[in-house]
Amino acid sequence: MPAVIEVRNLHKRYADKIAVEDVSLTVQEGEIFGILGPNGAGKTTSVECVAGLRVPDRGEISVCGLDPQRDRTELTRRLGVQLQAGQLPDRLQVAEALELYASFYPHPADWRALMGDLGLTDKAKTAYAKLSGGQKQRLSIALALVGNPRVAILDELTTGLDPQARRDTWELIEGVRSRGVTIVLVTHFMEEAERLCDRLALIDGGRVVAVDTPAGLTARARIEQRIQFRPSKPMADHLLTDLPEVSGLTRRGELVIVSGNDNALNAVTAVLARNQIVAERLRVEQASLEEAFVQLTGSRLDSE
Amino acid sequence: MSVLNTTTAVPAPATSGSATWRLIKAESRLSIRDKVGPLWGVGCPLIVLVILGMVPALRERVEAAGGLTYFDLYVPVLILFNLAILAMTALPTTLAGYRENGVLRRLQTTPIGPARVLTAQLVANFAIALVATVLFLAVAGLGFGVDLPRHPAGFVLSWLLGAAALLAIGLLITALTPGRGPATAVGTVLFFPMMFFAGLWVPVAQMPEVLQTISHYTPLGAGMQAFQAAYLGDFPAAAPLLTLAAYAIGCTIIAIRWFRWE
Repeated sequence: MPAVIEVRNLHKRYADKIAVEDVSLTVQEGEIFGILGPNGAGKTTSVECVAGLRVPDRGEISVCGLDPQRDRTELTRRLGVQLQAGQLPDRLQVAEALELYASFYPHPADWRALMGDLGLTDKAKTAYAKLSGGQKQRLSIALALVGNPRVAILDELTTGLDPQARRDTWELIEGVRSRGVTIVLVTHFMEEAERLCDRLALIDGGRVVAVDTPAGLTARARIEQRIQFRPSKPMADHLLTDLPEVSGLTRRGELVIVSGNDNALNAVTAVLARNQIVAERLRVEQASLEEAFVQLTGSRLDSE
Repeated sequence: MSVLNTTTAVPAPATSGSATWRLIKAESRLSIRDKVGPLWGVGCPLIVLVILGMVPALRERVEAAGGLTYFDLYVPVLILFNLAILAMTALPTTLAGYRENGVLRRLQTTPIGPARVLTAQLVANFAIALVATVLFLAVAGLGFGVDLPRHPAGFVLSWLLGAAALLAIGLLITALTPGRGPATAVGTVLFFPMMFFAGLWVPVAQMPEVLQTISHYTPLGAGMQAFQAAYLGDFPAAAPLLTLAAYAIGCTIIAIRWFRWE
């Protein structure tokens, strides 16, 4: 698959601090590419450089073969952007906004259909200021798509939405991708990244820490499984600690907590079965993307 | 537009021309919905005009005003009032609000760019001012028998230069103030002394010499001087016209130099 966005050694500093130290990434056509990282990691600055809103101090950026600075107008025709802080005049109505923005593009999408797809037809005559957070967000997505872009950058798409609205938005994004639009999703929600993204770039302290699929990142972090259970009868520790898959064992009251690699669960249950021990209240903790993130970056994501 | 569409099989790509036109229409609609312009800029001076028109004492001639009555003088004063509210309050409040709320930034990501929304706001306020001026002249003429300016070309030129000067000042306020609140505050604070020098409270002709001189170098004072000449049937003198042109050009240059999109 051809690359739609290529960023090489992007560096951007503001007067007082370095926002992006060194970011390189490649986004393939048709994928949902996530940029994940804590607040202040340099995510937004990076995508703002990609969208041509900021001039990088160093590095190369190519979007659909265009230079965001030199080919600015052409870029805006192919790239739909939903900004964290991008807004509309308070008294502009939904339908007016869509019709107006459609007129900015040479080959716009059918804005009425888009309004329907985003569930905004009922709100066609509602002023922007009177929309709920979720409705504003959907309008913002509609405006990012009204120019029929090949690539859409969506920054902090679901921040401030309630869980239901968040899920609806995710479905919507999957729908957009199925139309063939490549999507760059900036987020600091693990769940969102895990659910939506084909590939993810973890960004921390202005650098790309890792780029992989969500599953790949979890595997890469080599986080141990933790198995916790209450043995149905007394059990010697060495039964389990002798296993090559097991790296540690601790007891807390009646509970036994075993840590080990991906195959530890199979090995442990096999040994227990052989000794006719039932593992009561068995709990297995899988490595989550969140833990992978902590492992790979050494820092934590700020949750809302 | 419809002609274009029927002559081409494929829907013609939206030209930037039609986008600009749509922006102007949208901004005009928003300006009217916003109510600052219509209420303070048009409604308020119109009511004042009607009230003053009913005061017999104002039909006396003002000394040193070439035979114009107090009420005659109030017609151009209120035209300037309208221009000043639209250009110095409505325009900067709206544009600084757009900057503060990320409207301009959002437009930066479209092929149109944010400069065009500035143009659209200028055109919208210009259009509202034009309608208001025609309305004031009609009400003053038909309702209270005030003659139209005896030098129409001089009047139109003065009006155009006055509008340009005030809109440029509005742009400058937008450029130099950090947000919507300060923009409104600066516009309002400037409004009252500037209206004083236009003769809103005391006709300029009755001001002490020093104040008259100052007045002639303020935008509204210069506008008033030019209007008064046109009312009396003369082409306005070079001094007020050049003063207005200087404000228009100077403020525009500084505004462009210092304008921030975000």
